[in-house]
Amino acid sequence: MAIALTSSFLQLKKCEVDFHTFYPSKKPIVSLRRYTTMAAISTTKSVGISETFNRLKREGKVAFIPYITAGDPDLSTTTEALKVLDSCGSDIIELGVPYSDPLADGPVIQAAATRSLGRGTNLDAIISMLKEVVPQLSCPIALFTYYNPILKRGTGRFMSTISNVGVHGLVVPDVPLEETTALRMEAKKHGIELVLLTTPTTPTDRMKAIVEAAEGFIYLVSSVGVTGTRASVSDKVQALLREIKETTTKPVAVGFGISKPEHAKLIAGWGADGVIVGSAMVKLLGEAKSPQDGLRELENFTKSLKSALP
Amino acid sequence: MASKLHGSVVSSQKNAFVSSSEKLTDKRRVAKMQTSGRAQAQAAEVTTPQESSRTSKLPELMTSSLVFSKRPFFLERSLQVQRTQPNSAGKFGKFGGKFVAETLIACLDQLEAVFAEVLHDEDFQEELEEALRDYIGRETPLYHARRLTEFYKSKNGGEGAEIFLKREDLCHGGSHKMNNAIAQAMIAKRIGRKLVLTATASGHHGIATASACAKLGLDCKIFMAAKDMEQQLSNVQLMTLLGAQVEGVDGQFKDAASEALRSWVGKMEESYHMTGTAVGPHPCPTLVRHFQSVIGRETRRQALEKWGGKPDALVACVGTGSNALGLFHEFIGDSDVRLVGVEAGGFGLESGRHASTLSKGEVGVYHGAMTYLLQDGDGQTIEPYSVAVGMQYPAVGPELSFLKEIGRAEFYSVTDQEALDAYERVCRLEGIYASLEASHAFGILGKLFPTLPKGGKVVVNCSARGDEDVDIVYKHKLFHGALKRTMAQTTPQ
Repeated sequence: MAIALTSSFLQLKKCEVDFHTFYPSKKPIVSLRRYTTMAAISTTKSVGISETFNRLKREGKVAFIPYITAGDPDLSTTTEALKVLDSCGSDIIELGVPYSDPLADGPVIQAAATRSLGRGTNLDAIISMLKEVVPQLSCPIALFTYYNPILKRGTGRFMSTISNVGVHGLVVPDVPLEETTALRMEAKKHGIELVLLTTPTTPTDRMKAIVEAAEGFIYLVSSVGVTGTRASVSDKVQALLREIKETTTKPVAVGFGISKPEHAKLIAGWGADGVIVGSAMVKLLGEAKSPQDGLRELENFTKSLKSALP
Repeated sequence: MASKLHGSVVSSQKNAFVSSSEKLTDKRRVAKMQTSGRAQAQAAEVTTPQESSRTSKLPELMTSSLVFSKRPFFLERSLQVQRTQPNSAGKFGKFGGKFVAETLIACLDQLEAVFAEVLHDEDFQEELEEALRDYIGRETPLYHARRLTEFYKSKNGGEGAEIFLKREDLCHGGSHKMNNAIAQAMIAKRIGRKLVLTATASGHHGIATASACAKLGLDCKIFMAAKDMEQQLSNVQLMTLLGAQVEGVDGQFKDAASEALRSWVGKMEESYHMTGTAVGPHPCPTLVRHFQSVIGRETRRQALEKWGGKPDALVACVGTGSNALGLFHEFIGDSDVRLVGVEAGGFGLESGRHASTLSKGEVGVYHGAMTYLLQDGDGQTIEPYSVAVGMQYPAVGPELSFLKEIGRAEFYSVTDQEALDAYERVCRLEGIYASLEASHAFGILGKLFPTLPKGGKVVVNCSARGDEDVDIVYKHKLFHGALKRTMAQTTPQ
């Protein structure tokens, strides 16, 4: 039975687990469906983000967190890509919701969003896709979306919608700490872990406040700029990692610009708990000659990145 | 409505200028600032700010000490006038804010600090005053448009208000954009940035920026939509001659603006992102509005000189809001002055092809601010349309959104055809060619005129000149002329 002691908030959770997924200890998880209203205990169908990090820490491992944009080249490829990433050992998967004006994204992810929106991808379609595929995945999903689509749907409705299909985490890059109060409240209510970002330009006391408020993990942006592959990783990251780790025991994952196994290895060596790879993955899928080619290249690339990590 | 207005105006002001240590002296400070009894009653309505403890570094512009010290003309403030200022989180009511990637926050904070510094720096203010006077050619005239007035009076039974034009088209560069560009270029130079990044729609702001950068010896990179570059080729050539690098971006102005923002995030240490208009994350809208508000200040003085009073109504086109706020801001506290904003109606509001954000948009977050936005059911941005490129923006400045929300300003829509007709009308009746954007402001006069008091005065912001728009006007004339001929031929007699 998949029961997890989470926070003491009242939670209504649907527990749905596949016969074919297993705990890391190789014991099968029995499928069951139940609703619970117990105040201190909630059932979750699969392991959440914080828990994944806890387990990895115990095993001395570093999380591999790929990012792909939903709907590029199309939603059925995204479904397959999620399964491929999961089976190749991804520990958490970030799924991007395409947006018309992605200010934090560089040309690769911008192009992916444009292609995806051009095919008519919208949040409802992504939710339907997730409903089908999440039960088949062993690793938790974190959605990556800009703020306006959340606002338009209504923060509470948005959180409950994504929570109902089994999403565990949320990253919203264009909401500064001061504006996250409503988001955090609704996220907690629906059992969504709201990841917050800190960057090389964030002053120390602000970083501390961000770290305090973050759930799931802390997203450390590796460089000053938008998403996009870079030739090398700045060694400022090492100092930043150290600073954050002095402040908190929460897991820290580094993202933006990481595109090679060497980068991943370097960052893991500096003490990161997780490594996020986005544009490099999106580029493979989006620029492949065919979806099948893209998935194959994705599989190879994922394996090479995963093997570079402890 | 008046008391609700003043309450919210005063409370948002109060929030802007209070530091945590001074919170205790709030009531005394507010009472000192007010001189009228009515204002004192309102001071009691002031609510406690509930924003973050981080205080705004914008200086208190309303203390009595400012009035008595020697200041350049554009810092004069009447103690009786209350205006909107953002609170410490950069919000006007619920609008505004800093909805940007965390990476930019430190940069925005620095910009806010620098802005606060220059407002108090006498050398900066003197240098700016000299630039406004000798480089831009301020102050711009307040022109009595007699024939235009006669035209509308003749449709109104021979009576009505007098129409005055604030001639921002006579500024160097041909538009009001230079007021902001020169000031921000000076700020960029002051903080040691060598490169200025910006985006432009019609090219007016691009030319203003390129000129200002040439004057101050800065490098300039301008992002412009590829299709706009084709349409405004001579502007692009001029920008290049002025020493700027123009980069084309796929899409529309909003995409060029997004690209400029992304570029800023990537080059924060070496470059300065110049916002051309009153949008973006705090403090950008306030920065732009402050430098544009010289328009309104001059208008107040000129109105006093010309007819010994205030205007009864102010009319300005609203694409993003810089020229409108520039004219309106000075008069926000004067509840007897109507503030009329005119948006682009494109093919008409029902057609779905327009840029009337305040009429048809909903509140959302765009380019770093909470504001009205043209969006679809998923929260994705809708591409706006207007014959006037400078009006093609799916959102609007947060301060204007606030003015709409509190009912202080009224907003209308004018279609492409009405704007094109207005362009021709002003040409024929006054010999003035206003840009297609400004023509939208002229386009509302037909509907507005009957609602104005007899013998009243209306000031229309002629925000830019329109010689570059001539070919667009001709294309439309030819098309419509041809259409009329075809219709005449095919309609059965």
